[in-house]
Amino acid sequence: MNVVPQQLTAKDFATDQEVRWCPGCGDYAILKALQRTMPEIGATPEKTVFVSGIGCAARFPYYMETYGFHTIHGRAPAFATGIKLSNPELDVWVVGGDGDMLSIGGNHLMHTLRRNVDLQILIFNNEIYGLTKGQYSPTSRVGTRSPSTPQGSVEAPVSAALFALGSGARFVARSVDTDLKHLPIMFKRAHEHRGASLLEIFQNCIVYNDGVFDSFKAPSVASERQVRVEHGKPMIFGAEKNRGLRMRAGVFEIEAVTVGEDGVTVDDILVHDETNRVMANLLASMDSDQLPVALGVLYCNPAPTYEASVLDQAADVRAKSPNADLNKLLRSGYTWTV
Amino acid sequence: MASTAAVAEIRTPREARESVVVRFAGDSGDGMQLTGGQFTQAAALAGNDLATFPDFPAEIRAPTGTTFGVSSFQINFGGRRIKTSGDAIDVLVAMNPAALKVELGNVRDGGVIIVDVGSFSDRNVKRAGFASNPLEDKTLNAYRVIEIDVSALTMEAVKESGLGKKDALRCKNLWTLGLVYWMYARDRQPTVDWLNKKFAKQSGLATANIAALNAGHAFGETAEMEGDVPTYSVAAAKIEPGEYRTVSGGEALAWGLVVGAHKAGLKIMFGSYPITPASPILHILARLKQYGVVTFQAEDEIAAVCSAIGASFAGHLGITSSSGPGIALKGEAIGLAISTELPLIVVNSQRAGPSTGLPTKTEQSDLYQAVYGRNADAPLVVLASRSPSDCFETAVEVVRLATKYMTPVMLLTDGYIANAAEPWLIPDVDDVAPFGVKFRTEVEGFHPFHRDEKTLARNWAIPGTPGLEHRIGGIEKDYDSGHISYDATNHQRMTDTRKAKIDGIANDIPEQAVEQGETSGDIAVVGWGSTYGPIDRAVSNVRAEGHAVSHIHLRHIWPLPRNLGSLLASFKTVLVPEMNTGQLVTVLRAEYLVPAEKVSKVSGQPFKIAEIESAIRARLGA
Repeated sequence: MNVVPQQLTAKDFATDQEVRWCPGCGDYAILKALQRTMPEIGATPEKTVFVSGIGCAARFPYYMETYGFHTIHGRAPAFATGIKLSNPELDVWVVGGDGDMLSIGGNHLMHTLRRNVDLQILIFNNEIYGLTKGQYSPTSRVGTRSPSTPQGSVEAPVSAALFALGSGARFVARSVDTDLKHLPIMFKRAHEHRGASLLEIFQNCIVYNDGVFDSFKAPSVASERQVRVEHGKPMIFGAEKNRGLRMRAGVFEIEAVTVGEDGVTVDDILVHDETNRVMANLLASMDSDQLPVALGVLYCNPAPTYEASVLDQAADVRAKSPNADLNKLLRSGYTWTV
Repeated sequence: MASTAAVAEIRTPREARESVVVRFAGDSGDGMQLTGGQFTQAAALAGNDLATFPDFPAEIRAPTGTTFGVSSFQINFGGRRIKTSGDAIDVLVAMNPAALKVELGNVRDGGVIIVDVGSFSDRNVKRAGFASNPLEDKTLNAYRVIEIDVSALTMEAVKESGLGKKDALRCKNLWTLGLVYWMYARDRQPTVDWLNKKFAKQSGLATANIAALNAGHAFGETAEMEGDVPTYSVAAAKIEPGEYRTVSGGEALAWGLVVGAHKAGLKIMFGSYPITPASPILHILARLKQYGVVTFQAEDEIAAVCSAIGASFAGHLGITSSSGPGIALKGEAIGLAISTELPLIVVNSQRAGPSTGLPTKTEQSDLYQAVYGRNADAPLVVLASRSPSDCFETAVEVVRLATKYMTPVMLLTDGYIANAAEPWLIPDVDDVAPFGVKFRTEVEGFHPFHRDEKTLARNWAIPGTPGLEHRIGGIEKDYDSGHISYDATNHQRMTDTRKAKIDGIANDIPEQAVEQGETSGDIAVVGWGSTYGPIDRAVSNVRAEGHAVSHIHLRHIWPLPRNLGSLLASFKTVLVPEMNTGQLVTVLRAEYLVPAEKVSKVSGQPFKIAEIESAIRARLGA
């Protein structure tokens, strides 16, 4: 084991490169939160790799004083898979935006999640294409006006969390860019989880989609419009902590109720079970005005990682044929001497 | 339980032949590739030199009896050096009318045709597209036809095995193999051994197949028919002493990569997506985990190459393999490997045609794609293998170049090379010189694009190394620091440097040798890849008549060997036979301003010797 000679700080994870995001971009807050979290999770710069695709979020590796690979659009999970298969000891983070991860890279994200490669995958979802100057993205809501949709977009958006759950992800969490208390907790949980950890971060694009998450992020509405789920705890929200989620009687859906009204007691409120995939799906599906947006670890149910299984197989093969000799390989099967 | 193969008693003198071309042809499900493989082994064990040509449809099990479902295996074997799979067929084994229909045009006049008359029902004859039964009309008058009811005789031979009719008939190929073994006095025992091993857990199938093999052989011996089955002797070839095996291009290439990686001191991470005809390399490497090989069947071609590049970033040897359409998808990622200057090996088992084209047929039409096929100025190294066994050496060489120069290297083979087999004098791995890779560990003075002054290769620092944390990516990098840079003069300098690095490799590869003939003369026949055999034979044929014709065969396509320009300039005519519409010829004209002429063939079939010979003669006016 590597012994860390001295306690590292956030500064040890910051590069000397000038950060080039727009002033006020939500990415700054995420960068700061992660740089702060790295020492707390015992990360070491030399064993950490940040891999990204293309887009605003994908500039992230340049600002982390670790190993970093800024690759091509949408393919970061595939590069990261190759890195983990070569050196599973490395702590690999994948960073991308909603376009990078869910549009051009949707295929790689799906397969990386189902294989359960041990990665922390961060999606900075701002529901817009920033670096190409403001076109609608696969997470944009219907009606989004953009240079390529002057009359408003007509496509139904994809939900990152539902996509991940449908792909077989074993860890799905959500947070918001500016919540410097919640975000580090989510980084830690994602990091702790062995396997593919998907963390969706609702991130504000100040230039092309400013305020798109205000309906649940704005301080004036946050407590009523967000529910922070925690394993083993009742799913309570609201300024008065008297709102809660429960199953609607007779139908398979969640409703928001007020404790103390209509005979509702705390015991009626659903307790979050992060190992319950069905519950995770219900929580990820809450996108109506009547229900709050679920943040936190929606699902965490570990399984063996891809690279561990691959390496186990290789170890088995090596154990069965310990004298792997290349000259023998070339002479396997029928040979004859002239 | 298995009967043994007695040494054949020769009653009539066998007709001696210097070399023979045999082609087994039948339905996709008739086991023709398997039959060919066994016959190849028998020929090799008899000391013949040989070359093979497996030719099969893209469909796994095309409808039976159709011409498009015909699967064939051709072998040319002899007592002299064999360099091609043969122009014209001496003995055709046609398991059904469709096989006869497809292959008839390739049989030389007077050639032997063995047909299974049991399969020549009116329905099958019609289905194959014959207007009337070719066995009854004049279609086969020019040939020596041996009509045998192989179906019935096989059923008879295996009746005691208790197999159902369908399974029993599947032994037909072994029956014909037994007959052909008799014709050439070949030892059945290795095939008997192989069947016993293959069907170790289904002894009924082993017994039945061996019974069929022996029955076919016995049929030849006793010749229960009008007229004899002709018998031949083909002497052993004079070949270099040593230990031999047969090897396919796929095997030689995979093993070469493993040996190359071993010599570099690296482990292989092979990322690939299945595609015809490249998949055998994935299959072979997947079984070599004990040699430090990790294989990854990716979700698509792009993920395959990206995983390989990620592996190289992390300190493994990243390799990906595909065929033309897949290489097209990998283009952007290959550009990233060029820009970040990481080692990467890209194997292209070329196939025919644009788009899906003809997946199982052979062509050399991805040369432009290899040399030029990326956005922007994106030079890389390109090599081409000339034969199945040559894949071993070229594979070792691509590992050396990729790691020494921190660059992607593309290795071109084709469907013919990938599947064909030939005898191989097995090299001693210890004789291959090592070229160990040294990762950067020294912190002082490090930046990721710090270069070796001589090779211009950047230093390779891998994650996990303390103090060398760095970021790389596709954005242009500052020459002196490796940080991202949008500076105009810096981009010029980096572009020039990337080009100079690849160009400089010309000084680290052998000068172009002349395969056959003088270093100047009337005609230089310049080839690359799998056209080696037919060009070689065609040139030797015209040289035997005293013509000043030479054969030059390129292994290094990019950069080209440093003396190639002056070498070509010393010939009056430069002739370039290629299985494309003229790609190398364009490159040679562009690079050296030589009036090179093309000989083009894109039928999905390899060149015949005669085709190249006649192109040479046309230029000689002979």
